[in-house]
Order: sequence, then structure tokens, then C-alpha cells
Amino acid sequence: MTLLDETPASSEMDAVASAAVARKRHHWARAVLPTYSWLVIAYLVFPIAIMIMYSFNKVIGGLQLVSFSWNGFTTQWYHQWSSVPGLTAAFWLSIRLAIVSTILATIVGTLLAVALVRYHPPRFRGKTAVEQVLFLNIAAPEIVMGASLLGLFVTLNINRGFLTLVLAHVMFSIAYVTVTVRARMAGFDRALEEAAYDLGATPLVTFTRVTLPLIMPGVLAGALMAFALSIDDFVTSNFLSGSSVPFPVWVYGATRVGIPPQVFVFGTAIFAVGIGFAILSIFMAKKKI
Amino acid sequence: MERAVPPDSPRGVTQPRTRGGWGKRLAPYLLSMPAGLWLVLLFIVPLGAMLVMSLETCSPATGACVMTWHWGELPSVVSLYRGQFLTSFYFSIAATLVDLVISFPIAYWIAFHGGRRKNFFLLMLLVPFFVSFIIRTLVWEFVLSNNGVVLHTLKNFHLLPHGFHVLGTGFAVVAGLAYNYLPFTALPLYVALERIDYRVLEAAYDLYATRRAGFMRVILPLTVPGIFAAFLLTFIPAFGDYVNQQILGGTANTMIGTVVQNEFLVNLDYAGGASLSAVLLAISLLGIFLYARLLGSRTIEQYL
Repeated sequence: MTLLDETPASSEMDAVASAAVARKRHHWARAVLPTYSWLVIAYLVFPIAIMIMYSFNKVIGGLQLVSFSWNGFTTQWYHQWSSVPGLTAAFWLSIRLAIVSTILATIVGTLLAVALVRYHPPRFRGKTAVEQVLFLNIAAPEIVMGASLLGLFVTLNINRGFLTLVLAHVMFSIAYVTVTVRARMAGFDRALEEAAYDLGATPLVTFTRVTLPLIMPGVLAGALMAFALSIDDFVTSNFLSGSSVPFPVWVYGATRVGIPPQVFVFGTAIFAVGIGFAILSIFMAKKKI
Repeated sequence: MERAVPPDSPRGVTQPRTRGGWGKRLAPYLLSMPAGLWLVLLFIVPLGAMLVMSLETCSPATGACVMTWHWGELPSVVSLYRGQFLTSFYFSIAATLVDLVISFPIAYWIAFHGGRRKNFFLLMLLVPFFVSFIIRTLVWEFVLSNNGVVLHTLKNFHLLPHGFHVLGTGFAVVAGLAYNYLPFTALPLYVALERIDYRVLEAAYDLYATRRAGFMRVILPLTVPGIFAAFLLTFIPAFGDYVNQQILGGTANTMIGTVVQNEFLVNLDYAGGASLSAVLLAISLLGIFLYARLLGSRTIEQYL
């Protein structure tokens, strides 16, 4: 990593003829690239700033809907954050859905990651097939997965609701959890487990006291990923929600009739919590290394 | 993963003796069974059922479907919705190319000059993901609307003519798609660039390569798999997307995702929707297959 941080100037010293030209270009690149990159970051952040700004926008007229125009500053929507019943219900449904499917997907996906890291074809037949299914699951267009699940539930006459949402959300989260956990397990030192065995630990004790604490950062990263995927999901949920409507599906439905300003209040809250967790995890990773 | 101890190595002898051979032999299968069952029952089986359904013929009156091996359905939906397929193709290709152009320099900068703040910059690339997909798209409607902060301000300063509008045009859809899927492009590019061994580049400079030659003949060839992966990971979801078109695109320029959604949720024509989904799936599998043929099947996984 430190290699990459050095500028290549030292190796360019001997390149007599091209050095001057090269260095000039290098300086040019040093000024332009950072400016450009910060512009891109500004572009990525800009709509979020707009969202936060519109959560403070006053409403004129009878209907409490956000208008495109700016009418003045108010914190009214933060005081009345729960005054749109359908929206609040949808939000809590999304939170419950995300918690349940994150727990299930993290357990199931971590077990699969352990199997994939530990065992290889002579002992684990079908490993390649499992890997291909994971890959296909990540690569397949979401609309195809959602539509095919809807087809299955309709054929089997299963009512759409919270249960079908959980089944679907776990389905599209497993592969991401497994890939994340597996990546973090790459440098895992098995000698530590063998030491536990040699000291008389049973496989279960070894797993809970040695293996799990060691892979915990990967498991947490996978769980965060699953939570983010679930709370953000629209396409699959829209096919499967039926009578229980999660937050993104409710907001999408509201785009037809008008957006209550509370939508942006919830959006701002979700953003603040998510960013808080991300910054926390960066700091924790820094302290450990 | 490759560094894991092979099962028959001498170190394996110190494995637990407490359980008999059965538990040990079944361990990989027991560990992978819950996830495997979940994926087979809720991913593979529905996909298979959908492919079967796309070959069935359903009666519009009763809704009952009969297997007729109706292969002709697939080309017929393609020609029926040719316009929507083409619109989806143009919009998603345009958005993917815009994303590649926007994100290559920043991925390059973070990989080679990010220094200690690499994690911070990567977080900044991911920042759109901390806002719901729907809200992200909705906010673009506010940004691009005629009375919104941007166009309204520009018009007040007479930088734009008063009749100028963006919302409801293909441009707005491409802008929304490009914004929503930018992280899918930038991250694989970053992974590819980050992985380049700097010594290879130094060797090129030692051999009197100009910076331009170093870029064109060392960096770019080494990033080709990453560029291809970024292309697929952006193009496939953008092609099936219908939210951007529905919120930002107005009534014209319908994309194929809208048709699929309407077939399933409005018209309740499951056979027709299944045929369209099968075609969508085939298009994305074709891209992945091409990648595997040209660059090796395992390499794309490292960009996920």
C-alpha cells in the first residue's frame, strides 16, 4: 500500500529526454485529478443535500405535499414526522423486515461462507455449482428474480405479505453476505483453531470462542450489507408486497399522487443513521490495524 | 481462499477426534445446506418455473395455462416490444458509458493518490447508497424540475431559455440511471486499478516509457477485465430498471422493465411477462458468458 502512495518522480530522474515533459504532465495531473474527483464527489452528494433541504421546505396550500418550488424554511415536518399514518406504518414495516431478513441471511450466509473457505472438491462436491449459483444470484436482473418469485407464489397460491417479503429479502441477501464474509476470511489462520482442539475444546466451543470472534468483522460487514439491501429494496418488494407495504413501495406509490414532506424527513433520518454506522466502522477498522 | 490448508495435509491429522467420521464428512454439506436450500427453492426453482411458463399458453378468460412448448412466444414478444427493448438498450448503454467516463479518473485517483484517506473517498463514492433508491430518483425529479432550485435559478439569471425543460425527456432518464448506478461502475474500476502492481509501472518508466505510454500500454490493458466487469455490473441492472423512467421520463420512452411490471401486476398476463423476463435474463447471461469466454470465468467474482 505504501508503494502506491509514492510519486514516481524518483524513477523518472534518469529519463533525461522525457523527464521535463513527463513532470510537467504530472503536475498538471496532480492539480486536475483532485479537482475533478472532488467535483464528482460533489455531484454524488448534491442530490442528498437537496433531499435534506426539501425536508425543511414550507408547504403552501391546503394539501400537505412537497412542491418543487422553495417556499421557506420550517422544521414543522420534523415535529410532525409521524402524522402520515400509511408512511409511518410502511417505515416500521421496512425496519422489522430488514431486521428479520438480516438476521436470517447473516446466519445462513456465514455458514455457507465457512463451508466455501474450508472445504474443497474432494470433500465438498458441488462447490463449483454453489459458487455459480451465488454469482448468478448477484448478476441476474432484480426484476427477473422478483417476477419469477411472484409467479411461484401465485402458482402455489401463497398469499403475499410479510412472510413472502422475508423469504425474498433473505434470498437476495445471502450471496452478498457470503461473498463479504468469505473475502474477510481469506487470511484466516487455522492454526488458532487447531490450538483450541489440542487444548481439548469441542468443535462447538472452538467455533463460538475462537472462529466466530475472529471472523466477526466480516460477519458484521455482511450483516450491514444485508440490512442496507433490504431496507432499500424496491423492485422485488413491489412484486411481493401485497397488503403489507414497505417504505420504498409506499413512496413509489405516493409519487403518483404527491409526496408528503415527511418522506424526506425519513430519508434524511435513514441517511444520517447509515452514514453514522459507516463512519463508526471506518474508525473501528483504523483502531484495530 | 487458496491459502487454506488442503484437507489431506499433515496438519489435518490434528483435527478433532471427538466426533465420528459421519459428522466430519457431512460438515461441508451441513454448513451449506440452509443457504443452498433457500437459494434452490426461492431462486433456482422460480427461475426454472418462469422459463417453463414462458413456453406455456394461457387462456385470457380462465387464466389457466397449458404447456405448449411455444418457443415462438420468445421472438414474438421481442418484436412486439421492440421499441421498448431498444429504448432500454440506448438509455442503459448511454448511462453506462457516462458512468465509465465519469468514474475512471476518480477511481484512478483514489487507487494511486488516495493515500491514507482511501477509505474516506470510497465511502464518498458509496454515499448515494445511504439514501433509498426511490428517494434518490425522486430527488432528481426535484433537481431537474422546471420550478426546482437548479433550473429555476439558471432561468432567473437568463442562463437558460424560459421554455427549457429536462423532466420527461430521455436525457432525464439517462441522468437518473447514471447517478443511481455510478457506484456499480466506480468500485470495480477501483478494485482493478488498486490491484495493479506499481513495480510493473516503474519498470515501464525505467525503460523510458512516457507517462502516456505507461498509461496506455500498462495501466489500461491491466484494467480491461475491471472495465468489462464495471460495464456488466452497471448495464445489467440499468437495462431492467423502470423506476427512473417512470419517475423522470414521463409517458414516452417506456423501458422494457415497465412492460414486465405491468404484465405481472396490471394485466396479470403471467405467460407474457415470463417470456419477457426470460429474454431479459438471456441478455444478461449473454453478457456474463461473453465475459467468461474472453477473460476467464473466475475473474468477474473478484469485482463483486
